[in-house]
Amino acid sequence: MPTIKSIEDLKKLREEAQKIKEMRDQTGKTQIVVGMGTIGIAAGARETLKAILTYIEENNLPDIILRQTGNLGLSGMDPVVKVTLPNREEVTYRNVNPDMAQEIMQEHVVEGNVLNEYLLKE
Amino acid sequence: MRELALHILDIAENSISAGASRIEITVKQDTRIDEMCISVKDNGMGMAEEMVANVMDPFTTSRTTRKVGLGIPLLKQAAEACNGGMTIESQPGIGTHLVVKFQESHIDRMPLGNLSDTFLTLLLGSPEVNWVLDYQINNEIFQFDDSEVKEAIDGMSMTDYRVIEYLTSTIENGIEVTKQNAFTKGEKNANDQID
Repeated sequence: MPTIKSIEDLKKLREEAQKIKEMRDQTGKTQIVVGMGTIGIAAGARETLKAILTYIEENNLPDIILRQTGNLGLSGMDPVVKVTLPNREEVTYRNVNPDMAQEIMQEHVVEGNVLNEYLLKE
Repeated sequence: MRELALHILDIAENSISAGASRIEITVKQDTRIDEMCISVKDNGMGMAEEMVANVMDPFTTSRTTRKVGLGIPLLKQAAEACNGGMTIESQPGIGTHLVVKFQESHIDRMPLGNLSDTFLTLLLGSPEVNWVLDYQINNEIFQFDDSEVKEAIDGMSMTDYRVIEYLTSTIENGIEVTKQNAFTKGEKNANDQID
């Protein structure tokens, strides 16, 4: 489908997505959460989230649920990014800058390999 | 924080925490009266009077618990340093309306910064909220209400790459065109960057 330029295009897109969704429902979706408390924002969480959005857009990933949330209570670790692949345990990354975010998207979300060096060790 | 847009993001987070289902963000830059006004209005749980005083001035008021961070007092201080100020009107069960004003041309006024990234973060990251943006520079206006988009995609993920692409270009262009128009109409001094 070509670039979406209007609300009408969006409606058509939804109809197509509906058909694909029925096939995909069994596998579940990947969830990504970015902590967006005051400290997270000051530490660059908006830019981290934007890098993830840009990755999704440039690589045409259709089925990612991206969320932002308030303070995750992990001070000194911001920006914090949590990734949950379908049927896998949640993984938490710390001090994620935009470059790391793109790397996490490529290595973990697309390829399925956890990046141990960026993990938050609790 | 280096940008007013980051403060807006921070304030809006409070509205989300307050359980708001509709959040309206207004940014008005008026060079004719030399004022910049930012407002965040929500229909969340609201606060009692004492709580409002508490979030605005956490060090002089007695506090027991505080869910809201230091973002609000920091922004208030920044506004007061620029011949402006902050007001919060809030009613339990009705919602909260925060307004912050700056002297637009004040040398210490933070730049607005990346308003589109702030709005996209909120819109895409908290899709259960109805987001409204109203951006004005003098007579130029850009308004965006996400309810039409949500109706069109009806249950599809907001973070589908095509939806992201559509929203990003719509909001970035809307803000950019508003700035350009205000600039070319000479309502801003030719040497100034609108920010």
